[in-house]
Amino acid sequence: MNFNKKSPWILHYDGSSCNGCDIGVLACLTPLYDVERFGVINTGNPRHADILLLTGSLNAQNIPVVQQIYDQMPEPKVVAAIGICATSGGIFAECYNVVGGVDKVLPVDVYVPGCAARPQAIIDGVVKALSILDEKQNALKGR
Amino acid sequence: MLLAIKVILIIILTPLAGGLLAGFDRIISARLQGRKGPPLLQPFYDVLKLLQKETIEVNASHRFYVYVSLLFIVFTAIVMLLGGDILLTIFVLTLGSIFFVFGGYASQSPYSVIGAERELLQMMAYEPMVFMTAAGLYYVTNTFFIKDIISRDIPAIVYLPAIFLGFVYILTFKLRKSPFDLSVGHHAHQELVQGISTEYSGRALAAIEVTHWYESIIAMAFVYIFFAANSVISHVVALIVCLVVYLFEIIVDNSTVRVKWQMALTSAWVVSGVLGILNLAVLFFFEF
Ligand code: SF4
Repeated sequence: MNFNKKSPWILHYDGSSCNGCDIGVLACLTPLYDVERFGVINTGNPRHADILLLTGSLNAQNIPVVQQIYDQMPEPKVVAAIGICATSGGIFAECYNVVGGVDKVLPVDVYVPGCAARPQAIIDGVVKALSILDEKQNALKGR
Repeated sequence: MLLAIKVILIIILTPLAGGLLAGFDRIISARLQGRKGPPLLQPFYDVLKLLQKETIEVNASHRFYVYVSLLFIVFTAIVMLLGGDILLTIFVLTLGSIFFVFGGYASQSPYSVIGAERELLQMMAYEPMVFMTAAGLYYVTNTFFIKDIISRDIPAIVYLPAIFLGFVYILTFKLRKSPFDLSVGHHAHQELVQGISTEYSGRALAAIEVTHWYESIIAMAFVYIFFAANSVISHVVALIVCLVVYLFEIIVDNSTVRVKWQMALTSAWVVSGVLGILNLAVLFFFEF
C-alpha cells in the first residue's frame, strides 16, 4: 500500500508570478480550505517535498533555481504548474525576459489553468497530482 | 524472558503512544487556529510515506548519526520505563541529542549547521534544570532508581513543586515547541528552513520523526515521576497531569512566537536557577 496519497508534502516556488496564484496557493492552507485535513503540509524544503507547485512563468534568472529545486527532491515526485503563467507564460509570454511555461524546463504532470487559479482548482490539481504520484511510486517499486 | 518481553513491548508501544500524542497535538493545534486539522493517525501516515520514499545520501556519514541517535533514545526509553536509574536515563538521552547535533553538522548545509548550533545552545539551556530535577528527586527519595522513586507514600511533587514548574519550563525545549523551537521546526521557518532535518529525506527523516515520538514519551515520563506514588490513584493522577501538561505546551506553542537564542538561554537559566535552587534550599533548611 502506498501512503503518499495520505501525506502529500508540498513545496511552493514562485517563478515570476504576479503573486495572484501564490495567494491562491496559500489560501488553500487557511481555515476556509484547510488542506491539512488531507495531510498536506507546506514544507518549504525540497528534500521533504513530494509535490512541487510552481506559479508564474520561467525567466532566464530562475531556470537554474527551478532545476536545482527539482533535482533536490527525492523520488517519487510530481510537478504541478499553477496558473496560466506557469502553464504557458500567460499574459507575460511576450515579455523579453520570459522563456515560457514551466514545461520548458521540468516535466510537468498537472496543469492548473486560471488567472488567478482558484483554491478549489489548485486542490483539484493536487488531487490529480496524487494519483500520478501513486503511479510513479508503483513504477519505482517495479524497478 | 519476562524482561525481554517487557523490552520488546516498550520498543513497540512507546512510538505508538508518541505518534498518537503527535496526532492529538496536530488536531488540537488546528482547532486552536480555527481549522479542522488532519486525522489522528496522520503522523503514522507521514512516517509510512517517508519509508517508501527515496533516501538521498548527502554524504557517506550523515544518515549514520540519526540512526545512532534513535538507538540511544530507544535505550533511554527502555531504561526509563523499566524503572531504571534516572541518571543513566539523563546521560543517554543527552548522548542521543548530541548525535542528532552531529547529524546536523554532518550534512554541511548552512541551514542544518545553524540548526545544530542552536540545538547545542538549547541543550546548554535545559540541561541544568534536568540535573536539578534528578538532584531534587534524590534529595527527597534517597534513590536514583525510578521504580523506587515512584513507589513511596508521598509523591515527589509535594516536596518539589518549584522544581516541577522549572521542569515544565524546559519541557518546551525538549518537545521542540514554540517559543523554544529554535533548531528544528515542524512548522515552516523562514531563516532556518527545517533546521537540523533540512537535508534528511526518506527513511532518515522517518527515523528523526520516530526519535521525536520516543522523546515526547520520555519527556512525559519525567512529568509522571513527579506525581506517581504507591497508590493506584496517584498513577491515574500522574497520567492526567501528563495530558494536562502536554495540552498546556500545545497552547503555549500556538500562542507564542519564537525567541532569540539569547533569550532562550538566559530565561531558562534564570528560571532553573531561581526555582531549582529555591526549592532545594527550602528542602535543606526545613530538613524534609
Ligand atoms: S496566472 Fe494570472 S494570477 Fe497567476 S501569476 Fe499569472 S498573471 Fe498572476
